[in-house]
Parts: sequence; C-alpha cells; structure tokens
Amino acid sequence: MDARHSRAKTLMEEENKKPHREEVCPGKKDKLDLKAVSAQIAATKGPEYWRSLEELAGTPEFQEMLHREFPKGASEWLDAVSRRGFLKLMGASLAMAGMTACTKQPMEPIVPYVRQPEEVIPGRPLFFASAFTLSGYATPIMVESHLYRPTKIEGNDQHPASLGGTDVFTQASLLEMYDPDRSQTITYLGDVRTWGGFLDAIRGPLNAQKAVQGAGIRILTRTVSSPALADQLRSVLKLYPQAKWHVYEPVNRENVLEGAKLAFGQPVETLYKLENADVIVSLDADFLCAGFPGNTRYIRDFAKRRNPDAGNMSRLYVVESTPSSTGVKADHRLPLRAIDVEVFARDLQRHWEAKGDVIALTGPGSDAAWAYKHEYMEMVSSVAKDLKAHSGSSIIIVGDHQPPVVHALAHAINQALGNVGKTVFYTDPVDANPINQTESIKDLVAEMRAGKVDMLFIIGGNPAYDAPVDLGFADALKTTNIPMRVHLGLYQDETAELCQWHLNEAHYLESWGDIRAYDGTVSIVQPLIAPLYSGKSAYELTAFLAGQAEASGHEVVQGYWKKQHPGADFDAFWRKSLHDGWIAGTTFTPKSINPKTANFPPSTASDAKSIEINFRRDPSVYDGCFSNNGWLQELPKPMSKMTWDNPVFIGPAMAARMGLKTEDLVTLELNGKKVTAPIWIQAGHPDNSITVFLGYGRRRAGRAGTGAGFDMYPLRSSATPWFTTGVNIAKAGGTYKLATTQGYQTMDTPVGARPQVRTASVDEYRKEPEFAKDEEPPKELTLYKPYPYEKEAYVWGMAIDLDACVGCNNCIVACQAENNIPVVGKEQVVIGRHMHWLRVDTYYQGDRDNPKAYFQPVPCQQCENAPCEVVCPVGATVHSTEGLNDMVYNRCVGTRYCSNNCPYKVRRFNFLLFQDWETPQYKMMRNPDVTVRSRGVMEKCTYCVQRITQHRIDSEREDRKIQDSELQTACQQSCPANAIVFGNINDPNSQVSKLKGVPRNYGLLADLNTRPRTTYLAEIRNPNSELQS
Amino acid sequence: MQIFHRSTNTISRATIYGAVFLVGVLLWAVLELQRSPYITYAKVARPQPVPFSHQHHVGGLGIDCRYCHTSVENSSFAGIPPTKTCMNCHSQIWLGAPLLEPVRESFRSGKSLVWTRANDLPDFVYFDHSIHINKGVGCNTCHGPVDRMPLMFNYASLQMEWCLDCHRDPAKNLRPRDQVFNMRYEQPSNDKPLMLDGKLYTDQLSLGTDLVKKYNLRTVTDITSCSTCHR
Repeated sequence: MDARHSRAKTLMEEENKKPHREEVCPGKKDKLDLKAVSAQIAATKGPEYWRSLEELAGTPEFQEMLHREFPKGASEWLDAVSRRGFLKLMGASLAMAGMTACTKQPMEPIVPYVRQPEEVIPGRPLFFASAFTLSGYATPIMVESHLYRPTKIEGNDQHPASLGGTDVFTQASLLEMYDPDRSQTITYLGDVRTWGGFLDAIRGPLNAQKAVQGAGIRILTRTVSSPALADQLRSVLKLYPQAKWHVYEPVNRENVLEGAKLAFGQPVETLYKLENADVIVSLDADFLCAGFPGNTRYIRDFAKRRNPDAGNMSRLYVVESTPSSTGVKADHRLPLRAIDVEVFARDLQRHWEAKGDVIALTGPGSDAAWAYKHEYMEMVSSVAKDLKAHSGSSIIIVGDHQPPVVHALAHAINQALGNVGKTVFYTDPVDANPINQTESIKDLVAEMRAGKVDMLFIIGGNPAYDAPVDLGFADALKTTNIPMRVHLGLYQDETAELCQWHLNEAHYLESWGDIRAYDGTVSIVQPLIAPLYSGKSAYELTAFLAGQAEASGHEVVQGYWKKQHPGADFDAFWRKSLHDGWIAGTTFTPKSINPKTANFPPSTASDAKSIEINFRRDPSVYDGCFSNNGWLQELPKPMSKMTWDNPVFIGPAMAARMGLKTEDLVTLELNGKKVTAPIWIQAGHPDNSITVFLGYGRRRAGRAGTGAGFDMYPLRSSATPWFTTGVNIAKAGGTYKLATTQGYQTMDTPVGARPQVRTASVDEYRKEPEFAKDEEPPKELTLYKPYPYEKEAYVWGMAIDLDACVGCNNCIVACQAENNIPVVGKEQVVIGRHMHWLRVDTYYQGDRDNPKAYFQPVPCQQCENAPCEVVCPVGATVHSTEGLNDMVYNRCVGTRYCSNNCPYKVRRFNFLLFQDWETPQYKMMRNPDVTVRSRGVMEKCTYCVQRITQHRIDSEREDRKIQDSELQTACQQSCPANAIVFGNINDPNSQVSKLKGVPRNYGLLADLNTRPRTTYLAEIRNPNSELQS
Repeated sequence: MQIFHRSTNTISRATIYGAVFLVGVLLWAVLELQRSPYITYAKVARPQPVPFSHQHHVGGLGIDCRYCHTSVENSSFAGIPPTKTCMNCHSQIWLGAPLLEPVRESFRSGKSLVWTRANDLPDFVYFDHSIHINKGVGCNTCHGPVDRMPLMFNYASLQMEWCLDCHRDPAKNLRPRDQVFNMRYEQPSNDKPLMLDGKLYTDQLSLGTDLVKKYNLRTVTDITSCSTCHR
C-alpha cells in the first residue's frame, strides 16, 4: 500500500518540479475553483448550455480558450531547443523548401505472390465474418482485409446482435492485434522457450496427476461462452475428475445471475426488446454503453423509438449512481447513490402494488436534508403511474453492479406488468459456466494457500492485478510455491510475472474460435492473419490438456461443430456459417418461467451519513485489459472527456462542501487500504458518493498503459465489488495534471446567438416543428463565387441525428482506424494537440447537480462557403465539384491559417511527427487507401473521400449511379444508433436528403453563411408532463 | 577625374543584364533537371532480378497484357504476375535457361521474386487502372510501346503536369474500349479511318469528343478536383 502511496507522491513531486505550463504560458486555464465558480454563477447568468463548469462560470480562462484556434501552449515551442535556435533552423529549412520538389523517389520493390490465392485481387480488400469477444459476449464483425492484413473492423450488418454496429472496444481491438508490446514468445522464468519445450515440460507433471485423478490441477479462465472451449474444458475435467475449473473476471455479471437464481431458482439471461417499449426504466443500468451485453443492438432499437418523426417516442427514466451516457439520454434522470437504488426499486414496487392508492414512500434513508427528496418522491409515483399505463410495453432494466435482490425485484415487476414475452425475454445463460465468480476465485486462493494446487493454468485474464484485494491473489501466487504455474495471455503482464511459464496468446484476429452473442447465437471466430508471433490460443492449450496431442485451433473448433452437425452436408454448413458470421439455429429460444415470489429480503441498509464509493468499469480501458491500447486511452470518455487517466468522480455539491477542486489529489481510505488519486468534479454525480474507475495504474501494460492513471483495485474487496459505504476522503495535498479535451475546440457563439445544440420536448416540437432553424442569410449574400452544384451527379452531405446519438464514441475510433489517425500521448492532449477528426461534444444544461446533457458529434462541416479555403496561401484546401472541402496534404506547408479561420475548430494539425513511421506492425495496420500524414501538415475529416472515390469508380465501371445504401463513411457504417447518415443530397430519394427535409434539421453556426453540408437534427425529448418542472 | 575606364559602363551593363540572364538560366536548369530522367527515371531501365522482355513476350509472342496483369480491369492495381504465371510456360519451355534460374528458385522455395517497380507514383497519389481502362485510355498511352521494350522502363515522367495534361483534355487520348489493349493502335487519320457505331472517324478530336460522351466521362472540372487523385 505504501509503495502505491509513495508512487503517487513521487508522481506528484515530479509534477511539481516540472515547469508548469501555466508558468511558461501565462493565461493557461486555471484549476477549477468551485467557490469562485459558484460566486460567478450567482453574479452573472451563465450560458444555457455548457460543456465545462468553467464555461458555465464564464471564467476569463474559458473566454480565452474560446477565441483561440488551439489552446494556449499548442503552438508554442516549449522543448529544450531555444526559440532562437528554432528560428535559425526554420530559416534554413525555408531556404531549402523550394528544393523539396527535387527529391528523387527511391526505388521501390514490388513483391508478387509465388502462387496467388484465387480470391485475392491486389488493390481490393476482402471481407471476412468473425466475432469480437468481451467478457464472454460476442460482437459479430466483418473484417476488412488487404492482402490478408486486417485493416478495419465493421459490424456484421446481417447479424441480429450487431446490425452493422460495433462498440469502441471492437473497433480498437484491431490496434491490440498489431500492438508491438504484445507478448511475442513463450518464456520460462524469463527465458525464451518453444511450444514444444513447454509441452515436454508439462507432460511429466500431467502424467503424474493422472495417478491422483488430477487433484492438483486448477484451471482459471475468464468468462467462457464458447461452446467448443467449454466442451474442451469439460473433457479436461473428465480426464482428470478431481481437477477444477475456476472462472473469474473483475467485470463479471454474477449479480445478474444471482438475481435470476433468487427470482427463478435458475440462472437465466435477460433480453430486452427496446423497440417494443414505450416506457423504459433504468435502475443504474448503463445499457447504452459499450460493455453492456447486447449494447449495439439495444442502441439501435432504442434510437429507433426516439425518432419523433416516425411514430410514438419511447420515454426513458434513469435512476443512476454514476453519470453515464444512458443518463444523458434520459427524459428524466435522478442521481441516486447506488446503495439507494434498491430502496427506489422497493418503493416503486410498493407504489405499483398499491394499485394507485397513495402510500407513504420510504425514500433513501430518512435524511430530511437530502436535496432530491422531493424529486425522488415525484419520480417514484410518476414512474409507477407511467409503468401501469404501459403494462406490457415497458421495461425495467437493472445495472450489472446492483445487488441480486434488485435484479429479482425487477424480474417480479416486469412479470407483474406483463412485460415478459413482449419486451422482456428470458433465455439460457450465455455464460457456459454460470457460477459465482467471486466465490470461485475465493475457493481457488484458499486451495492455493492450503497447498492443494500442483498445476495452475491461468488462461487469459490478469488476476494478479484485478482479483479482489482481500484475497491476496498475487501474494498467494508468489508465496505458495505451486510447482507449475502457467499463464496464457496477450501480454507479459502482472500475472505473467508471477508464473514460471508464460505462453504468448494468439489474438482473436489470429486464431480460430466460436463465441455466443447476447442472444445465444454462435459466431465462428476465424483468423484474419497467421499469428504474428506464433501465439497459441486457449483452444490449443486446452486441447493438449484434454489429451488431444497437438490439435490446432481449427481442428478443435471444426471438430466440435462436426459433432453438433453430423451428416454429409457438414462442409456446406461450415462454409455457410463462416460466410454469414453465425451458425444458423443456435439462437436461444425464450423460456417461459415465472418468479417464485415478489418478496425478497433487503440486502443492504442505506446509511445516508457515510460516503459511498462506486467501482465501475472504465468506458475506455474496461477492466484494464485494454490499458495498452492508445486509441482507447486517448478516447475522450463520454462524460468527462478525460483521456489517459481515471480521476475520482465527485459531485459539485460535495466538492464544494469539502473544498476540493478538480485536479486536487485526495487519499481514499477503505478498510485500511489507501489510494491517492486526483479528483474530477462531475456535474450530475449524486451527493455523498464518489465513483472510481477500474483498469488504470498498470505496472506491466506496455508503452501506452504502464503508469497511466491510478490503480483502484486495492480498494475493491470480494464482499463489495461494486459499491460500499464508509470510504474516507482526505486531501493529500498537491495537484495532478489531467488531460481532458472538455472545453477544447469550443465554438465561439456570439452573445444572443442560438446554442449549438438545440432541443425541445416532443410537445413543443409538434407545436413548432421548425424551432431549430436559424434564419439563414440569403444565398446570394456572399463574396464566394457560387458553384452550380445542382448540375452535379453527386453532391455529398451528412445529417447527424442528435436524438439517436448516445455518445458511445464508436465513430471516433472507427474514424481513427479508417483514416490512419495517430495517437499523440497525454502530454500533447494537455496542450490540445490531439488529432481526432471527429469529436463528440457533451453539452450540459441547467442544475449542476442534476443537469440535462446532450451529445453532439462534430466532424468537418464541409462548408460550401468554406472560410478555411480562402485563407490558404498555397491552395492546399480547395473545393471539389461534389462539394467536398478537399485537403491536399502534399501541398500543405503548415501555416495553420485555415484552422485559425475555421469557426467549428475541426481542423487538426500535426505539430510533431505523431505518426509512428518505424514500427513494422503499424505499417501493416494502416489503411492503404489513405495517405499517412507527416509533421507540419493540417488534416481533417474528408467524408472518407477514399470510400467515395472507390464507389464512384466501381459504379462508373458498371455504368450505373452509386446506390444510396452502398456508400457509407466509416463513422456512419459502424454507428450502432444509425445517428450519422451520409449520402447524395442531389438525389431527393436518398436517406440524407429526406433527413435534411425534416423540420428539426439545422446547421451549426448557419448564421455565418458558411452553408455547412453537415447538418444536425435537433434533439427531441419526451418528458412526462407530470414531472415537468 | 575619371576613376573608371569607359568600358566599365559596358561591363556593368553586361553584368546586370547578364545576372538576370544567369538567374533565368539557372532556374531553367533546375526546372529541366526536375523533369529530366535523372529525377523521373523516364526511359531508364531499372535493375531487375530477371531481365524480363516485354518485347519478346508481347511483341514477339503476342501474349495479352491481361494474361499477367490480371487485375488491371477491376482494381486500382494492375497486378504483378505470381511466379506461378511464369511457370505456366516455363515448366515446359526454356527449362534449363540460366537466366530463368531465379524464377525456378522462387517456385521451388516459395519465396517471392523481388522486382523493382518501374512505374512508381508518389505515395500520396491514388491512381486507379480499372477506371482508365474502362474509359478508353489505352495501355500504351501511358506505358508507351511496351511491346518494343526489351527491358521495362517508365515511358512518361509520371509527374503531375503529365497527368493533368490528359485530365484537362481527355478527348485527345481516348480510343474505343476494344482497342485499349492493342499495342499497335493508331489514332484515326485520313489514311486509316476508324469505324465506330456506324460512324467513320478520320481524326482523333472528333472520335475523342464522341467517346467522352459515349463513355460518360466526368467533366474536366470534376476530374481535376484534388480529391480525384489525392486523399
């Protein structure tokens, strides 16, 4: 504990020693002082919509950010070279600049196949169906492959669990495969070994175990939902009847399974049909966020019912402990401590059962001073009434981290409402071994300590880092001297360090497998490339343990399915399954089961006085398994826009009470364990509660993940893995620099002008459909030369439906993968040099303690009257005839006049050589259809011009026009919500033209007469008239 | 008193005008150098593992371009034949030829032949073969008389001005689609008129203008937009 504490302290001291950017560049934004903010808010009327608390207060620091193209510090040279020296160098390079055109191209080799595979056409990608796995749940995907190198992941649009959508983890798993820090060899005590060497080494001990029926063999896996792997593991257990299979992963769903057992007496999977639901009540469930099983499908179904122009909108109530994107989309949101959610559920049930009679509600605790008491009471009664009015077309969803009893209560209420079979379905669990994972690892550690374990196989996972702290898994691994400890993993991580044998695992894009989606449908995982480092998959290791000599992953998976599908047509069945991306007939059929009772004993007692701590998976790095993924580390998280770190979330009211500012270091103490970390004041966080995010503070993650953020696992015990009360918060002194993009790239809106994000309630919208439209200046009122776009065959445009967007960030990662966008690192994000072509702005509105919030994705607006073009001295950004604002990298000399003149602040500049030109793995990963930019070049969204060009060429070759459905931009293609629609606005029947014709369509800063091609559909909410206040 | 001799006037005048001239010449030299084969490698044969002769295979034996460059009609990349394509014939003929040893070695060992790219565009230029073929641009319009090249070289400079020369006026180079792979195609003239769709053409301009319409070529402004080639 001390070591961690001192690490944070050293970090702090280092941070203090460094010349602060504020000192170097006076005027750089100050840390947020809530008292001052409150005073300023009281004194002036802030903006209606705000992105950061600084903006709400209108601090001078914010004003300065508003007027700058890049934040202060971004364009300054702050490294060791003096400004004078730099100018000298620049002078010299300027003199030589004219000569650059005279460089001779080097000779380039061209390497053909020896025997070219039949299906390969060099220059054209192939697409293969496969599936990505997260905690046992599959996201079905199509992988783009250029000459057998996977370069981009798309959703499988034929598969019901994806419908073309993906999530951030799926998109970023591509970078994971090419990660140069992945474990590249088998090691024994740190020395390089071969697979054969490993097999020789375990043969003896395995034989010895046969005599004792494998009593000393323990296998620890993560959640397994693969039918073939589960079958393998069971056959290992058959061969060694005394051996045991343990399962653990830190972000598990045991509460869901326990809740089902409580209600039904058996573990079941709960599926929701959100498109059939008129009323959705989320009890702390972030079901619109990556990591929630089935989230891609749920987002699609949810978005479908949020469109006011297509029938009745559904209504979403969210009661939540941590501000989340689901809470943002809520029509009514109530911040509630996680521990109080059960009270809410019981109140809801009681109110519902009272059949309309007014009853006394208990409320969370009996704290009369609780600020949201009134809102709470109103929420309970309105939700109960609304649910009753929508029996059979409502849903109650409970978050995975809520205790089993809340899940059981929800099952009872859903049953009583008649939702089961209409909006709620039960199936067999997707998890092949649905045991209590915490108990499982507890047993394992106890047996390790009792000396009963002779051979421990850790297949995937990193328990030495993420197991509950009270079990002391790492300590047990270190001290119990198990003779044979084997770790199979992608990285030489904290667990690998403590095992004699480490086997480098094959990535899922390199190996065969099978996996179930949330609805039970099995997808075959097929390799896209031969293992880069000859890794082995879990299938291959377990095959050996099961006595199948050296079966390949392909033999294992195909062999299993041959058993399931015997017959002469197996080849056809197999090929079809591979081609489609799923195995027909494997979807689970809904069960009809009834809860045994509706009365469940209370699990937790709310204590209003003591502070609650919540443990949540991180929206970017999950439980730590994606720590070394630069795309995810640099992805601004939905609520805080935080990158590279996991500060402690604390509500504004609580921060003000404790005198804490954002970036202040605090020490959290729980059960005698201490962690020091910075805080982040998150608007909308419930009072008397804090949230910490898992997955950071890794010691052995790799170049991106090691040392980033703070490890919260030391506070997480097996008894209370998700939330508990009694945490102590003390100021640790000092601050810690956080890299958040919130507040950067803020569009300067003149006083009195409309806000960038426009919303109305559905009633207001019906009354005044054109409420979002600005009075646009007349088309002729411009000095720009008009261009007759109406005569062009294609004129590209985009419409983004703010109603559908759930802020999942998938588009940002998809864009990054498609367009070879580099990762810049925390230091560079701090000074605003991040390179994302697409950002998702989060706007807050109203009460700081429970604000409404809205997401707005902002790519280049492709203005018809583009302000960037007229100021470019070298013609590096010009208009194409189809209305694209082209960016010509090879002409750009980096004056940055264009970004200075862009009112949307969407242009990004390569201040340094951000691209890694050296690492061979990255060379294989890049999209060959997009230029890899170098230092000193401006870049921005191109509407995926490479895709437009390819489809134009293909259609012209076939003498036809581009079909509306065939051409999609990268952000559009994998958007789970279908929020982004791109197409030809000269075609009145295209989807984008139709959307632009919808009355709530509006352009950003349209009063500037830039005539943006990207427009937005205003967000319409469907509030309950009873609750509108 | 005169310090300078009379001739100084002439010398100074000559020097001033001469300097201007000299700067002009230098500039011209730089521009010429920039376009010279020294920079562009135009018409310079590059070292190859096997001295493959297009003259022999195309001109002499009459093998069609597409026998080896299989993807030229449906991909951006024309395709370089795999060793297998060479061995289709050379497992039957010229079995012992020492020149072909690298080919046989490649086929035996499964290791690719490593050729040197002759027509090499900069990496920020995205050229697509298929669409040019489809619109009636002949192979030899850009690649030159390949059937008379004993060793392969790039015929044109492949510089942007050369690309734009045609993109600004495609009519002067178009030919009927069925003539695209004809290495000995000649533009229509009074001596050799060309019959297409029942119309007799005696000059390229009228043929080209009609083909622009027939093949639905995009307008010159369209195909000179930056994003046509750069992305």
